[in-house]
Amino acid sequence: MTNFWWIIGGVLFALLNTAAGLIWVERRMLALWQDRYGPNRAGPFGVLVVLADTIKLFFKEDWIPPFADKVVFVFAPGVVVFSVLMSFVVMPFAPGIVVADLNIGLLFFLAMSSLGVYSVVLGGWASNNKYALLGAMRGASQMISYEVFMGLALMGVVVLSGSFNLQEIVEAQKKVWFIIPQFIGFLIFLVAGVAETHRLPFDIPEAESELVAGFHSEYSGMKFGMFFIGEYLGITLISGMLVTLYFGGWLGPAFLPPVIWFIIKTFAFIMLFILFRASMPRPRYDQLMEYGWKVLFPLSLLNLMITAAIKLWLNT
Amino acid sequence: MLSLVRSMWLIFLHMFHKRETFQYPEQKAPLPARWRGRIALTRDPDGGERCVGCYLCAAACPVDCISLQATEDESGRRYPEFFRINFSRCIFCGFCEEACPTYAIQLLPDYEMAEYNRQNLVYEKEDLLINSEGKYPGYNYYNIAGLAIKGKDKGEAQDEEPPVDVKSLIP
Repeated sequence: MTNFWWIIGGVLFALLNTAAGLIWVERRMLALWQDRYGPNRAGPFGVLVVLADTIKLFFKEDWIPPFADKVVFVFAPGVVVFSVLMSFVVMPFAPGIVVADLNIGLLFFLAMSSLGVYSVVLGGWASNNKYALLGAMRGASQMISYEVFMGLALMGVVVLSGSFNLQEIVEAQKKVWFIIPQFIGFLIFLVAGVAETHRLPFDIPEAESELVAGFHSEYSGMKFGMFFIGEYLGITLISGMLVTLYFGGWLGPAFLPPVIWFIIKTFAFIMLFILFRASMPRPRYDQLMEYGWKVLFPLSLLNLMITAAIKLWLNT
Repeated sequence: MLSLVRSMWLIFLHMFHKRETFQYPEQKAPLPARWRGRIALTRDPDGGERCVGCYLCAAACPVDCISLQATEDESGRRYPEFFRINFSRCIFCGFCEEACPTYAIQLLPDYEMAEYNRQNLVYEKEDLLINSEGKYPGYNYYNIAGLAIKGKDKGEAQDEEPPVDVKSLIP
């Protein structure tokens, strides 16, 4: 039992620190790709900028607009952090290092990451602000439509491994990582994952240049910080899921412990997320929906059918 | 789709490019030779003030940030009694420098003038005067001008002919 609490504590500690550290990592990497330096003054290489940001967020005035729906307004930012942290419950970091080894782990992940949309919708609705509402509306439709083929893309992995349990899925990749048989599924999941975390280029619920700050326009102080942390946790979650499902999770040559392999691979995907942000323009809202429903959705269905057909053909 | 991948790759390659940033307090950007920065009042080669208080700079200033009061000393030289530039208004256009007939007011390549208190941006004459001839070394207005001052009568200036006595018939 004590071991169990150690895992929970360790996972929470690692995740929250990663999410905070990503503020610095992202700013430094973006700067690197834009031929700048980024934050480099506070502490070695500017890492203490995280501390400064956190202190600033805590001491900012925590303003609830008088026209807002107070209960929902306060409740919404918690939902995103909660739902993302709950998704991490099923994530296998190494053999045995998993908070809850559910046999429906993948479904649990899909369910929890879908709950994240409530944060956007409730936050935008409770703000009682037209920009927030527009952002929330976009967020809701974007996340719901991308959710559909996110799940469908993952079914290819489930078909290949024959299990919803994430640890078993990783074990099934001992021979070959699923990136090779499921390359199209991987691409679809990557795109859907970016949309799910509403990161750039799919940050249209926020869309600074059009909607002020989208669904969290009215938020300030630590409530805004929760959305912020939730976003970075979301990146970590999607990166971790990509690694678990397509890149063999903790598997790797034996000279490094499994956890380290998992961390290295996840970190590589976090870098990819930041590279997306550095290099891609934001699509128009209707382009995003069109791309999702007319290209990715049929493609994921096709991918699932072909995978299943090949699996059946091999088995008989 | 491929163009997106291509742009991602190109931006990834920027990792290996030189960074454009100047690490400011330690490393300063090279200034152009004619940079218009802090305004200063320069002096003659013999140390006297060049400014003759003609108000042309104050008249030329588009934001009215220069104010001065001319006066005259016992030798007949004009000089400003006070000379005040409000740098919180100044736009560093350099019109004052162009207007100045005696090369007194000049813009220097110095831009580090930030203050915490706005009032500290109002420079008085003693803050503006510098111990230098600025961009025109050797220039001394009263040595060139025909104006008579104590110690230099009419016709004694550089390249100046003695005044003609219009009432005399002697050729």
